[in-house]
Amino acid sequence: MVKKVIKNFEVEYLQVLDENGKADEKLMPKLSDKQIKELYDLMILGRTFDDKAFSLQRQGRIGTYIQFKGQEASQVGPAYVLQDKDWMFPMYRSIGALIARKHPMHKLLQYAGGDIRGLRSPDNVNNFPIAITVGTQMTHAVGCAWASKLKNEKDVSLVYFGDGATSKGDFHESLNFAGVFKVPAIFICENNQYAISTQIERQTAAETIAQRAISYGIKGIQVDGMDVFAMYKATQEAADNARAGKGTTLIEAYTYRLCDHSTSDDAKKYRTEQEFKSWMKKEPVLRLEKYMRSKKLLNDKYKREVTKKAAEQVEKEVEIYENLPAPKPGEMLKYVYSELTPNLKEQLDELK
Amino acid sequence: MSKMNIVEAVKSALGNELKRDKRVMLLGEDIGKNGGVFRCTDGLQKEFGANRVVDTPLAELGIIGTSVGLAVNGMRPVAEIQFSGFIYAPFDQIYTHVSKIRTRSSGRFSVPLVLRTPYGGGIRALELHCESVEGHLAHLPGIKVVIPSGPYNAKGLLIAAIRDPDPVMFLEPMRIYRAIKEEVPEEPYTVPIGKASVEQEGSDLTVISYGAMLKQTKQALEKSDRSIEIIDLRSIVPLDTETIINSIKKTGRCIIVTEAPKTAGFHNEIIARINEKCFFSLEAPIARVTGYDCQFPLAKLEDYYIPDEKRILRAVDNVMSQ
Repeated sequence: MVKKVIKNFEVEYLQVLDENGKADEKLMPKLSDKQIKELYDLMILGRTFDDKAFSLQRQGRIGTYIQFKGQEASQVGPAYVLQDKDWMFPMYRSIGALIARKHPMHKLLQYAGGDIRGLRSPDNVNNFPIAITVGTQMTHAVGCAWASKLKNEKDVSLVYFGDGATSKGDFHESLNFAGVFKVPAIFICENNQYAISTQIERQTAAETIAQRAISYGIKGIQVDGMDVFAMYKATQEAADNARAGKGTTLIEAYTYRLCDHSTSDDAKKYRTEQEFKSWMKKEPVLRLEKYMRSKKLLNDKYKREVTKKAAEQVEKEVEIYENLPAPKPGEMLKYVYSELTPNLKEQLDELK
Repeated sequence: MSKMNIVEAVKSALGNELKRDKRVMLLGEDIGKNGGVFRCTDGLQKEFGANRVVDTPLAELGIIGTSVGLAVNGMRPVAEIQFSGFIYAPFDQIYTHVSKIRTRSSGRFSVPLVLRTPYGGGIRALELHCESVEGHLAHLPGIKVVIPSGPYNAKGLLIAAIRDPDPVMFLEPMRIYRAIKEEVPEEPYTVPIGKASVEQEGSDLTVISYGAMLKQTKQALEKSDRSIEIIDLRSIVPLDTETIINSIKKTGRCIIVTEAPKTAGFHNEIIARINEKCFFSLEAPIARVTGYDCQFPLAKLEDYYIPDEKRILRAVDNVMSQ
């Protein structure tokens, strides 16, 4: 009889920038001053848009909107790593990532305003339409990455999803395929501790989501999701590995949503003020600001300029959105198939 | 030309397309080394390699979900779901994404995916191996639903499906996989999707069927002395309404034969279209000869479930006597 330990596993955690904005220089990713400013600008732009969209919803100028405040670093950091030709599979909360990936803000508003055309990715980037049903986009990223591998192309496929999605079979099936076919995919799980109101303890008894990678034979790492440098670094390494044929990485961005689930939600019903405040101290934008001040990359004047520019840009996009023509009724039949079937031709006549 | 059954015709189509277009790949459970549980892909992995004829993990949702990603990124995946009853797990993907991506991306992305699955009963199989899922699929805008009835059209329709820019659900009539042999060219050819076939012309009555039921229907009708027009739908989405209507205008009577359950099945849509377009040509109510509204039964009862000669001929008498 033999009884012995046949394998030991470790789960890595990465934080580069601590809560006070102090960076561990040994871990600091290679980023030029210009790139750090770009990351900051994108996070400010994202937050400005997020605030504006919330108020537009309250004024009835758009429909339901999904906020992402608090998750700027976990969205912008990974998106910033990607090349335009790479593939991104966003979910409904990935608004910050979409902005970083050149999806025009007026189109995001167009979608939230009830016009499906807003979902269409600009032609120069490969952004998939956001997934509405939780986790169903994960297998797409794996298939897409698999196609890149089969075609000997170096593109990676990156998918965003939340902690709730890890409870679904899609999570298992996608990571399992990713491991078996060793595809160039990157899984970004933004673990913001809640799936609407349900806490992470109710999604899994595992201590981390990162460790679940082990069971699929792929890399996994938990990252401080409010640290944009750590998010960037982990994603960059995952992308390098993917492009080098070393397969998929699961990145757990340990974070918190500093807002309600959506404009229809009230998080006070299920989260305490105390908990919210404790996470507010880790907030990603201020953290980066502190770092940039210490490195003389940012002063009050620069901050004012960036904030003002973002506000102006968002206002301009709101104006474009509000002047977009409404879709024609026939639009809903237009893309059902590559061309109208005889049946749809008849229905188009009914619509007229 | 050589004599082929449906299994051989499907394999011939897949082989032709794998050779013609390097974007085409097959994926599914046991389709590579084993050549598929019905042998529809036998030898193809050996010929085209394990990257193009892929044995996947045993996960139907994963097969269809990854096929979406493969298709969007330029491949032409032909996914096999081993039995039609296993399609319910990937229904989530079919409903949520396969059918909607073209619309949701306003035409930027599309899913040129073929999902092959054997469907229907009659082989004394286990539970959930014999489902007629075409009604569920037809109710979902954005996908095409194609059902061959014999070797020649199986090959031509499958090649058309693989070349089609839209997602195609390709339901293979399991119980006649080896029951019919026809002359089938070795070379590639297409049979158009969305066109029905008038299998036999007649003036008294129109009988509409598809898939495995067509053979049974034809055999039964040989015993009738009526002049019967027989239509093989071949595609149910898009449906060739025109061929149906032209026939009803001529005959004034109609029977639809299918092994799907009676209630809310696709056959009812055919009746609705006839009512809309040529109600006043009808001499008698349209009759349905279908499966029953119950679970598809196990071996001992399946012959009672699947419409047989007696039920088909009884329907002919009923419709003709009105």
